[in-house]
Amino acid sequence: MVTTAASLDLDHAREVASRVVDPEIPVLTIADLGILRDVRVDRGRVVAIITPTYSGCPAMTQIAEDLRSALRTAGFDEADVNVVHHPPWTTDWITPAGIDKLASFGVAPPGEEIVCPRCRAGSSRVVSRFGSTACKALMACSSCGEPFDHFKDF
Amino acid sequence: MSEPIISTPPQGAPAPDPSDPVRALVAHADDNLILAQRLGEWISRAPELEEDIAIGNIALDHLGVARAMYTHAGLIEGKGRAEDDFAMRRPEREFLNVLLVEQPNGDFAHTMVRGLFFDAYQVELWSDLSDSEDTMLAGIAGRALKEARYHFLHSSAWVIRLGDGTDESHSRAQAAVDALWRYTSELFVHATSGYRDIWEKVVGEIMDEARLRIPDDPYQRTGGRRGFHSEHLGPLLAEMQWMQRSHPGLEW
Repeated sequence: MVTTAASLDLDHAREVASRVVDPEIPVLTIADLGILRDVRVDRGRVVAIITPTYSGCPAMTQIAEDLRSALRTAGFDEADVNVVHHPPWTTDWITPAGIDKLASFGVAPPGEEIVCPRCRAGSSRVVSRFGSTACKALMACSSCGEPFDHFKDF
Repeated sequence: MSEPIISTPPQGAPAPDPSDPVRALVAHADDNLILAQRLGEWISRAPELEEDIAIGNIALDHLGVARAMYTHAGLIEGKGRAEDDFAMRRPEREFLNVLLVEQPNGDFAHTMVRGLFFDAYQVELWSDLSDSEDTMLAGIAGRALKEARYHFLHSSAWVIRLGDGTDESHSRAQAAVDALWRYTSELFVHATSGYRDIWEKVVGEIMDEARLRIPDDPYQRTGGRRGFHSEHLGPLLAEMQWMQRSHPGLEW
Protein backbone atom coordinates (compact mmCIF):
# COMPACT_ATOMS: atom_id res chain seq x y z
CA MET A 1 0.00 0.00 0.00
CA VAL A 2 1.14 3.50 -0.69
CA THR A 3 1.03 5.79 2.29
CA THR A 4 0.64 9.45 1.60
CA ALA A 5 1.43 12.25 3.97
CA ALA A 6 -2.24 12.92 4.54
CA SER A 7 -3.01 9.39 5.62
CA LEU A 8 0.00 8.81 7.89
CA ASP A 9 -1.20 7.22 11.08
CA LEU A 10 1.35 8.44 13.59
CA ASP A 11 -0.09 6.44 16.49
CA HIS A 12 0.23 3.27 14.45
CA ALA A 13 3.83 4.14 13.47
CA ARG A 14 4.67 4.72 17.13
CA GLU A 15 3.19 1.39 18.10
CA VAL A 16 5.10 -0.45 15.36
CA ALA A 17 8.38 1.26 16.27
CA SER A 18 7.98 0.63 19.98
CA ARG A 19 7.57 -3.13 19.40
CA VAL A 20 11.04 -3.53 17.82
CA VAL A 21 13.21 -5.62 20.13
CA ASP A 22 16.84 -5.41 21.13
CA PRO A 23 18.65 -8.16 19.16
CA GLU A 24 20.89 -9.03 22.10
CA ILE A 25 18.23 -8.97 24.84
CA PRO A 26 15.16 -9.96 22.82
CA VAL A 27 12.74 -9.75 25.75
CA LEU A 28 13.23 -5.98 25.75
CA THR A 29 11.79 -3.61 23.19
CA ILE A 30 13.65 -0.45 22.26
CA ALA A 31 10.86 1.44 24.03
CA ASP A 32 11.53 -0.55 27.23
CA LEU A 33 15.22 0.34 26.92
CA GLY A 34 14.57 4.04 26.37
CA ILE A 35 16.46 3.92 23.08
CA LEU A 36 13.41 5.01 21.07
CA ARG A 37 13.17 8.72 21.80
CA ASP A 38 10.44 9.83 19.45
CA VAL A 39 8.44 8.98 16.37
CA ARG A 40 7.25 11.94 14.34
CA VAL A 41 6.28 13.02 10.89
CA ASP A 42 8.67 15.27 9.04
CA ARG A 43 7.81 16.46 5.54
CA GLY A 44 5.44 13.58 4.93
CA ARG A 45 7.81 10.87 6.18
CA VAL A 46 7.78 8.94 9.41
CA VAL A 47 10.98 9.60 11.34
CA ALA A 48 12.00 7.40 14.28
CA ILE A 49 14.61 8.91 16.56
CA ILE A 50 16.92 6.69 18.55
CA THR A 51 19.81 7.32 20.95
CA PRO A 52 22.70 4.86 21.06
CA THR A 53 23.49 3.12 24.32
CA TYR A 54 27.20 2.31 24.39
CA SER A 55 29.58 3.78 21.79
CA GLY A 56 30.70 0.27 20.97
CA CYS A 57 27.32 -1.43 20.91
CA PRO A 58 27.13 -3.37 17.62
CA ALA A 59 23.38 -3.83 18.10
CA MET A 60 22.65 -0.20 17.17
CA THR A 61 23.11 -0.79 13.43
CA GLN A 62 20.82 -3.81 13.64
CA ILE A 63 18.23 -1.85 15.62
CA ALA A 64 18.15 0.90 13.00
CA GLU A 65 17.75 -1.74 10.26
CA ASP A 66 15.00 -3.56 12.19
CA LEU A 67 13.16 -0.28 12.77
CA ARG A 68 13.22 0.66 9.09
CA SER A 69 12.10 -2.79 8.12
CA ALA A 70 9.26 -2.93 10.70
CA LEU A 71 7.96 0.46 9.60
CA ARG A 72 8.20 -0.50 5.93
CA THR A 73 6.29 -3.74 6.58
CA ALA A 74 3.60 -1.70 8.32
CA GLY A 75 3.24 0.44 5.20
CA PHE A 76 5.44 3.38 6.09
CA ASP A 77 7.58 3.06 2.98
CA GLU A 78 9.60 6.20 3.40
CA ALA A 79 10.47 5.84 7.08
CA ASP A 80 13.75 7.32 8.29
CA VAL A 81 15.75 6.48 11.39
CA ASN A 82 17.75 9.33 12.88
CA VAL A 83 20.41 8.89 15.53
CA VAL A 84 20.58 11.58 18.18
CA HIS A 85 23.50 11.60 20.62
CA HIS A 86 22.38 14.32 22.99
CA PRO A 87 21.48 13.97 25.78
CA PRO A 88 23.39 10.70 26.13
CA TRP A 89 21.44 7.55 26.98
CA THR A 90 21.44 6.34 30.56
CA THR A 91 20.13 3.19 32.22
CA ASP A 92 17.73 5.52 34.09
CA TRP A 93 15.73 5.58 30.86
CA ILE A 94 14.89 1.87 31.07
CA THR A 95 11.20 1.71 31.92
CA PRO A 96 9.87 -0.10 35.04
CA ALA A 97 8.42 -2.73 32.68
CA GLY A 98 11.86 -3.12 31.12
CA ILE A 99 13.46 -3.60 34.53
CA ASP A 100 10.96 -6.37 35.34
CA LYS A 101 11.55 -8.08 31.99
CA LEU A 102 15.31 -8.01 32.49
CA ALA A 103 14.99 -9.69 35.88
CA SER A 104 12.69 -12.41 34.54
CA PHE A 105 15.11 -12.96 31.63
CA GLY A 106 17.86 -13.79 34.15
CA VAL A 107 19.75 -10.51 33.95
CA ALA A 108 20.14 -8.53 37.19
CA PRO A 109 18.83 -5.04 36.35
CA PRO A 110 20.87 -1.88 36.96
CA GLY A 111 20.55 -0.40 40.40
CA GLU A 112 22.39 -0.27 43.67
CA GLU A 113 21.16 -3.61 44.91
CA ILE A 114 22.26 -6.54 42.76
CA VAL A 115 20.05 -9.58 43.34
CA CYS A 116 20.84 -13.03 41.98
CA PRO A 117 18.18 -13.69 39.33
CA ARG A 118 18.10 -17.39 40.25
CA CYS A 119 18.03 -17.62 44.05
CA ARG A 120 17.26 -13.96 44.89
CA ALA A 121 20.25 -13.72 47.24
CA GLY A 122 21.56 -10.18 47.61
CA SER A 123 25.24 -11.01 47.82
CA SER A 124 27.49 -11.52 44.81
CA ARG A 125 30.97 -10.80 43.49
CA VAL A 126 32.22 -9.41 40.19
CA VAL A 127 33.79 -12.09 38.00
CA SER A 128 34.51 -9.65 35.18
CA ARG A 129 33.53 -6.02 34.71
CA PHE A 130 33.16 -6.79 31.02
CA GLY A 131 30.56 -9.40 30.16
CA SER A 132 29.05 -10.97 27.07
CA THR A 133 27.85 -7.62 25.71
CA ALA A 134 28.92 -4.00 26.26
CA CYS A 135 26.05 -3.39 28.68
CA LYS A 136 26.66 -6.33 30.99
CA ALA A 137 29.13 -7.39 33.70
CA LEU A 138 29.61 -10.99 34.78
CA MET A 139 28.77 -11.73 38.42
CA ALA A 140 28.72 -14.84 40.58
CA CYS A 141 26.18 -15.37 43.35
CA SER A 142 27.73 -15.84 46.80
CA SER A 143 24.82 -18.01 47.88
CA CYS A 144 24.00 -20.44 45.05
CA GLY A 145 27.33 -19.99 43.26
CA GLU A 146 25.74 -19.53 39.84
CA PRO A 147 27.23 -16.97 37.47
CA PHE A 148 24.83 -14.34 36.10
CA ASP A 149 24.80 -11.18 33.99
CA HIS A 150 24.31 -7.77 35.53
CA PHE A 151 23.09 -4.90 33.36
CA LYS A 152 25.62 -2.24 34.38
CA ASP A 153 24.60 1.16 35.70
CA PHE A 154 25.44 3.60 32.95
CA MET B 1 15.03 15.77 12.50
CA SER B 2 18.79 16.15 12.74
CA GLU B 3 20.54 17.89 15.57
CA PRO B 4 21.86 21.33 14.73
CA ILE B 5 25.49 21.34 13.72
CA ILE B 6 27.39 24.03 15.51
CA SER B 7 31.00 24.52 14.53
CA THR B 8 32.16 25.66 17.91
CA PRO B 9 35.65 24.50 18.81
CA PRO B 10 35.99 22.41 21.94
CA GLN B 11 36.60 24.58 24.95
CA GLY B 12 40.15 24.43 26.22
CA ALA B 13 40.51 20.77 25.34
CA PRO B 14 43.73 19.54 23.75
CA ALA B 15 43.42 20.06 20.00
CA PRO B 16 45.94 20.53 17.21
CA ASP B 17 44.40 23.81 16.19
CA PRO B 18 41.69 25.21 18.47
CA SER B 19 40.39 27.40 15.66
CA ASP B 20 39.76 24.37 13.44
CA PRO B 21 36.98 22.21 14.91
CA VAL B 22 37.15 19.61 12.14
CA ARG B 23 40.85 19.04 12.74
CA ALA B 24 40.21 18.78 16.49
CA LEU B 25 37.43 16.23 16.03
CA VAL B 26 39.54 14.20 13.62
CA ALA B 27 42.51 14.22 16.01
CA HIS B 28 40.41 12.88 18.88
CA ALA B 29 38.69 10.37 16.59
CA ASP B 30 42.13 9.20 15.35
CA ASP B 31 43.24 8.54 18.95
CA ASN B 32 40.24 6.30 19.43
CA LEU B 33 40.48 4.51 16.09
CA ILE B 34 44.18 3.72 16.39
CA LEU B 35 43.87 2.52 19.97
CA ALA B 36 40.88 0.36 19.00
CA GLN B 37 42.95 -1.23 16.24
CA ARG B 38 45.87 -1.84 18.61
CA LEU B 39 43.64 -3.35 21.30
CA GLY B 40 42.03 -5.56 18.67
CA GLU B 41 45.41 -7.26 18.23
CA TRP B 42 44.91 -8.80 21.68
CA ILE B 43 41.82 -10.74 20.65
CA SER B 44 42.45 -14.45 21.28
CA ARG B 45 45.85 -13.63 22.82
CA ALA B 46 44.92 -12.08 26.20
CA PRO B 47 46.20 -13.81 29.37
CA GLU B 48 42.72 -15.05 30.29
CA LEU B 49 39.28 -15.26 28.70
CA GLU B 50 37.82 -12.43 30.79
CA GLU B 51 40.61 -10.13 29.62
CA ASP B 52 40.05 -11.11 26.02
CA ILE B 53 36.44 -10.00 26.41
CA ALA B 54 37.33 -6.90 28.41
CA ILE B 55 39.91 -5.67 25.91
CA GLY B 56 37.56 -6.45 23.03
CA ASN B 57 34.80 -4.43 24.68
CA ILE B 58 37.10 -1.50 25.35
CA ALA B 59 38.29 -1.58 21.74
CA LEU B 60 34.67 -1.50 20.56
CA ASP B 61 33.94 1.53 22.75
CA HIS B 62 36.88 3.39 21.22
CA LEU B 63 35.85 2.36 17.71
CA GLY B 64 32.29 3.56 18.34
CA VAL B 65 33.54 6.95 19.55
CA ALA B 66 35.80 7.27 16.51
CA ARG B 67 32.95 6.48 14.12
CA ALA B 68 30.60 9.02 15.70
CA MET B 69 33.28 11.72 15.71
CA TYR B 70 34.38 11.12 12.11
CA THR B 71 30.76 11.29 11.00
CA HIS B 72 30.28 14.53 12.91
CA ALA B 73 33.55 15.98 11.56
CA GLY B 74 32.44 15.13 8.03
CA LEU B 75 29.12 16.92 8.49
CA ILE B 76 30.76 20.06 9.88
CA GLU B 77 33.37 20.05 7.14
CA GLY B 78 30.64 19.76 4.52
CA LYS B 79 32.76 18.16 1.81
CA GLY B 80 30.91 14.86 1.84
CA ARG B 81 33.55 12.88 3.73
CA ALA B 82 32.09 9.96 5.69
CA GLU B 83 33.60 7.85 8.47
CA ASP B 84 35.27 5.41 6.07
CA ASP B 85 36.93 8.24 4.15
CA PHE B 86 38.62 9.35 7.34
CA ALA B 87 39.47 5.88 8.64
CA MET B 88 40.37 3.97 5.50
CA ARG B 89 41.43 6.47 2.84
CA ARG B 90 43.86 8.83 4.52
CA PRO B 91 47.64 8.33 4.47
CA GLU B 92 49.75 8.22 7.61
CA ARG B 93 50.77 11.90 7.39
CA GLU B 94 47.12 12.95 7.76
CA PHE B 95 46.52 10.97 10.95
CA LEU B 96 46.64 13.27 13.98
CA ASN B 97 46.58 10.74 16.83
CA VAL B 98 49.02 11.02 19.71
CA LEU B 99 52.05 8.75 19.55
CA LEU B 100 51.01 6.94 22.74
CA VAL B 101 48.09 5.08 21.14
CA GLU B 102 50.09 3.77 18.18
CA GLN B 103 52.81 2.22 20.34
CA PRO B 104 52.93 -1.58 20.09
CA ASN B 105 51.01 -3.57 22.70
CA GLY B 106 54.16 -5.08 24.16
CA ASP B 107 53.36 -7.38 27.05
CA PHE B 108 50.15 -7.16 29.07
CA ALA B 109 51.74 -4.68 31.49
CA HIS B 110 52.58 -2.36 28.57
CA THR B 111 49.00 -2.42 27.38
CA MET B 112 47.59 -1.74 30.85
CA VAL B 113 50.04 1.12 31.56
CA ARG B 114 49.26 2.66 28.17
CA GLY B 115 45.59 2.24 29.06
CA LEU B 116 46.02 3.96 32.42
CA PHE B 117 47.81 6.96 30.87
CA PHE B 118 45.23 7.29 28.11
CA ASP B 119 42.11 6.54 30.17
CA ALA B 120 43.00 9.13 32.83
CA TYR B 121 43.48 11.68 30.04
CA GLN B 122 40.21 10.75 28.33
CA VAL B 123 38.19 11.09 31.53
CA GLU B 124 39.33 14.73 31.63
CA LEU B 125 38.83 15.29 27.91
CA TRP B 126 35.28 13.90 27.77
CA SER B 127 34.34 15.65 30.96
CA ASP B 128 35.38 18.92 29.30
CA LEU B 129 33.76 18.22 25.93
CA SER B 130 30.49 17.01 27.45
CA ASP B 131 29.83 20.71 28.20
CA SER B 132 30.51 21.73 24.61
CA GLU B 133 28.06 24.09 22.92
CA ASP B 134 28.16 21.66 20.02
CA THR B 135 25.36 19.39 21.26
CA MET B 136 26.30 16.49 19.01
CA LEU B 137 29.85 16.53 20.37
CA ALA B 138 28.54 17.01 23.92
CA GLY B 139 26.35 13.91 23.53
CA ILE B 140 29.16 11.77 22.14
CA ALA B 141 31.47 13.00 24.91
CA GLY B 142 28.88 12.49 27.66
CA ARG B 143 28.55 8.84 26.72
CA ALA B 144 32.29 8.38 26.19
CA LEU B 145 32.96 9.89 29.63
CA LYS B 146 31.07 7.10 31.36
CA GLU B 147 32.93 4.55 29.26
CA ALA B 148 36.34 6.14 29.92
CA ARG B 149 35.70 6.01 33.67
CA TYR B 150 34.96 2.33 33.33
CA HIS B 151 38.12 1.77 31.24
CA PHE B 152 40.09 3.63 33.91
CA LEU B 153 38.76 1.31 36.64
CA HIS B 154 40.01 -1.62 34.59
CA SER B 155 43.46 -0.29 33.65
CA SER B 156 44.19 1.22 37.08
CA ALA B 157 43.22 -2.01 38.88
CA TRP B 158 45.58 -3.97 36.66
CA VAL B 159 48.45 -1.49 37.02
CA ILE B 160 48.14 -1.71 40.82
CA ARG B 161 47.92 -5.49 40.71
CA LEU B 162 50.95 -5.81 38.45
CA GLY B 163 53.06 -3.05 40.01
CA ASP B 164 52.37 -4.18 43.55
CA GLY B 165 52.52 -7.86 42.63
CA THR B 166 55.45 -10.21 42.15
CA ASP B 167 59.02 -9.12 41.37
CA GLU B 168 58.43 -10.18 37.79
CA SER B 169 55.15 -8.30 37.34
CA HIS B 170 56.59 -5.24 39.09
CA SER B 171 59.66 -5.09 36.86
CA ARG B 172 57.52 -5.48 33.75
CA ALA B 173 55.11 -2.75 34.86
CA GLN B 174 58.03 -0.43 35.64
CA ALA B 175 59.59 -1.21 32.26
CA ALA B 176 56.28 -0.23 30.65
CA VAL B 177 56.19 3.08 32.55
CA ASP B 178 59.81 3.76 31.56
CA ALA B 179 59.00 3.09 27.91
CA LEU B 180 55.72 4.99 27.69
CA TRP B 181 56.17 7.99 29.98
CA ARG B 182 57.88 9.89 27.16
CA TYR B 183 54.62 9.92 25.18
CA THR B 184 52.49 11.53 27.91
CA SER B 185 53.35 15.22 27.38
CA GLU B 186 51.84 15.08 23.93
CA LEU B 187 48.41 14.37 25.41
CA PHE B 188 48.44 17.94 26.70
CA VAL B 189 50.21 19.76 23.87
CA HIS B 190 47.38 22.16 23.18
CA ALA B 191 45.44 21.84 26.42
CA THR B 192 44.63 24.69 28.71
CA SER B 193 46.69 24.77 31.87
CA GLY B 194 45.59 22.47 34.62
CA TYR B 195 44.91 19.48 32.38
CA ARG B 196 48.29 17.93 33.01
CA ASP B 197 48.20 18.76 36.75
CA ILE B 198 44.96 16.87 37.28
CA TRP B 199 46.23 13.97 35.18
CA GLU B 200 49.51 13.74 37.13
CA LYS B 201 47.61 13.70 40.41
CA VAL B 202 45.24 10.94 39.29
CA VAL B 203 47.93 8.83 37.64
CA GLY B 204 50.37 9.56 40.47
CA GLU B 205 48.02 8.12 43.06
CA ILE B 206 47.68 4.90 41.10
CA MET B 207 51.45 4.69 40.51
CA ASP B 208 52.13 5.23 44.23
CA GLU B 209 49.78 2.43 45.13
CA ALA B 210 51.43 0.27 42.46
CA ARG B 211 54.93 1.14 43.78
CA LEU B 212 55.88 2.47 40.35
CA ARG B 213 58.05 5.53 39.83
CA ILE B 214 58.23 8.21 37.16
CA PRO B 215 61.41 7.75 35.10
CA ASP B 216 64.28 10.17 35.76
CA ASP B 217 64.81 10.78 32.06
CA PRO B 218 62.82 13.95 31.22
CA TYR B 219 62.85 13.25 27.45
CA GLN B 220 59.44 13.65 25.84
CA ARG B 221 58.50 12.80 22.28
CA THR B 222 55.75 14.55 20.30
CA GLY B 223 54.69 14.94 16.68
CA GLY B 224 51.58 12.81 16.28
CA ARG B 225 49.21 15.76 16.51
CA ARG B 226 51.07 17.28 13.54
CA GLY B 227 51.06 14.04 11.56
CA PHE B 228 54.64 13.04 12.33
CA HIS B 229 54.43 9.50 13.62
CA SER B 230 56.65 6.80 15.03
CA GLU B 231 57.64 3.86 12.86
CA HIS B 232 54.77 1.84 14.31
CA LEU B 233 51.79 3.60 12.72
CA GLY B 234 52.58 2.71 9.11
CA PRO B 235 52.35 -1.08 9.54
CA LEU B 236 49.16 -0.66 11.60
CA LEU B 237 47.53 1.40 8.84
CA ALA B 238 48.76 -0.99 6.15
CA GLU B 239 46.93 -3.81 7.86
CA MET B 240 43.82 -1.81 8.76
CA GLN B 241 43.40 -0.13 5.36
CA TRP B 242 44.51 -3.04 3.20
CA MET B 243 41.05 -3.94 1.93
CA GLN B 244 40.11 -0.41 0.83
CA ARG B 245 43.55 0.17 -0.67
CA SER B 246 43.40 -3.07 -2.65
CA HIS B 247 39.75 -2.81 -3.65
CA PRO B 248 38.79 0.88 -3.50
CA GLY B 249 35.13 1.42 -2.64
CA LEU B 250 34.53 -2.21 -1.71
CA GLU B 251 31.45 -2.69 0.43
CA TRP B 252 30.29 -5.66 2.49
